Amino acid sequence: MTGNAQRELVITGFGGQGIILTGNILGKAATIHDGRHATMTQSYGPEARGGACSSQVIVSDSDIPFPYVETPQILVCMSQEGFDNNRPSLIPGGMLIWDTDLVETHDLDPSWSLFEAPATRFAEELGNKMMANIVMLGFLSALTDMVDPESLKKAMLGSVPPQTKEKNEAAFVRGREYGLAILKGKARQGAEVS
Amino acid sequence: MPGKAVLTGTHFMNGDEACCEGALAAGCRFFGGYPITPATEVAERMSKRLPQVGGVFIQMEDEIASMAAILGASWGGQKSMTSTSGPGFSLMMENIGLGLCTETPCVICNVQRAGPSTGLPTLVGQGDMMQARWGSHGPYEIIALCPASPQEMFDFTIQAFNLSEQFRLPVLIMADEVVGHMNERVVIPPADQITVIDRAKPNVPPAEYLPYHPGPDGVAPMANFGDGYFMHVTGLTHDERGYPTMTPAAQVEMTDRIVGKIRNNLDRILDYETLFLDDAQVAVVAYGISARSARGAVLTAREAGLKAGLVKLNVAWPFPEDFIRELSGRVKTMIMPEINLGQMVLELERLAQGRCAVRLVAHPGGTIISPRRIVEAIRQALEERP
Repeated sequence: MTGNAQRELVITGFGGQGIILTGNILGKAATIHDGRHATMTQSYGPEARGGACSSQVIVSDSDIPFPYVETPQILVCMSQEGFDNNRPSLIPGGMLIWDTDLVETHDLDPSWSLFEAPATRFAEELGNKMMANIVMLGFLSALTDMVDPESLKKAMLGSVPPQTKEKNEAAFVRGREYGLAILKGKARQGAEVS
Repeated sequence: MPGKAVLTGTHFMNGDEACCEGALAAGCRFFGGYPITPATEVAERMSKRLPQVGGVFIQMEDEIASMAAILGASWGGQKSMTSTSGPGFSLMMENIGLGLCTETPCVICNVQRAGPSTGLPTLVGQGDMMQARWGSHGPYEIIALCPASPQEMFDFTIQAFNLSEQFRLPVLIMADEVVGHMNERVVIPPADQITVIDRAKPNVPPAEYLPYHPGPDGVAPMANFGDGYFMHVTGLTHDERGYPTMTPAAQVEMTDRIVGKIRNNLDRILDYETLFLDDAQVAVVAYGISARSARGAVLTAREAGLKAGLVKLNVAWPFPEDFIRELSGRVKTMIMPEINLGQMVLELERLAQGRCAVRLVAHPGGTIISPRRIVEAIRQALEERP
């Protein structure tokens, strides 16, 4: 994927996973560090935690009139409900990313590029499953150039509590390296990754 | 912990937060409010930020009291504000009228959600636009600004305070859930580049002061409680001294002043932007978040060779009557997209008086209007026989 055109992404999960924060970090990286345009909108129910929620991010080189994402190019699923509800919206040729242990996929469009990572498990191994979103962010940074990886890391470090920076950085790196390894494997198999 | 009143720099923040920062940059030092989705983040940030800059935050028992508190704070000399949404806005109506009658500067931010009643607390609406104009009783005029982005939440909140101080009245910011909750780039300029207007103070000895005697622009200078001026503040019809005067003549004089401050100063209040209007056959007139959908639609229409133009209302009340009247004489159709079942479109119909067609693209709330629907309305308008 090139970095020029408008990129539209949806991250879904449930309240408490840091879904909105993840979208916020992406937007911050794009606007403050990359100097581009970005919007982040969110949808959530009346519950503070546990309910379905999603974060919608648009990154563009020009200003963004309509801030809702109706047909994302990238869909990141951190919950089964999030996958079930949002799967039909992903465009043909889009990229689907999910947490291996939280989502069972079905009805996949053959035109999609598919990537899974055990983000929550990795986060648990690193000491706190609350960091699953940051693992996912690192994973995402390897798979798309929607935002610059260094900008993304900077924005992430500026958005988490200071005492957790080191652990979150490790989570980001874990996700990113896992993503890069998958890409390398796919390249070896001759699979085309767009 | 002390903090800066003006957070100069580039931020990625939501509209509610930007509203709070705009208020602080404008000199607001008192917030009285009651939390309600989707306006809670304004109050939340105020509760953290105001103590950093020597201000006062009070969570009141409800929205009636919140409105009363900011009126009182204003008479005490502070720039004051509250924020709310639908149900809270309804409760504020009586005291907004008190603020208009007592000519008390303050700012009310309504982050609109879908109603009626409790409606859809976390989802967008624009259904309080006529309530903003007519929700309190009696004859009055009101100023209502409609931001369409977090940046405009910052800019328009400063403008709302400036207008309220200039004209001594409550000013409304009619935002909505998407503008309030959406994160986007917000650039906060250095403090010395921000225009801040403070209310005129009396320059006569206390014995000669009349709290409702208008100056040349129709606005009376306002003393603070405790500054040594004799003042009487009442919601009853009053004379220039502020004393209740139960006569039709006093009513005429007072309401002339209250509405005249706005009607005679339209050039200082009205604010709208236009795009591609010169040769437009269809004009999309929109405000708040719907102005973004409208802009997207007009850009798409132009790419398709359709002669569409945009009017973005930054100030919805007072309505730009002369401009819309003139516009209706040179376009085929005016289209109003709004997230209600038809409110501001009535103003277009009233002013067009049949000179052009007027069409509504409506949604009752819960989502913003897709540009596709507006493009479709533009196509239909161009195909319609005159």
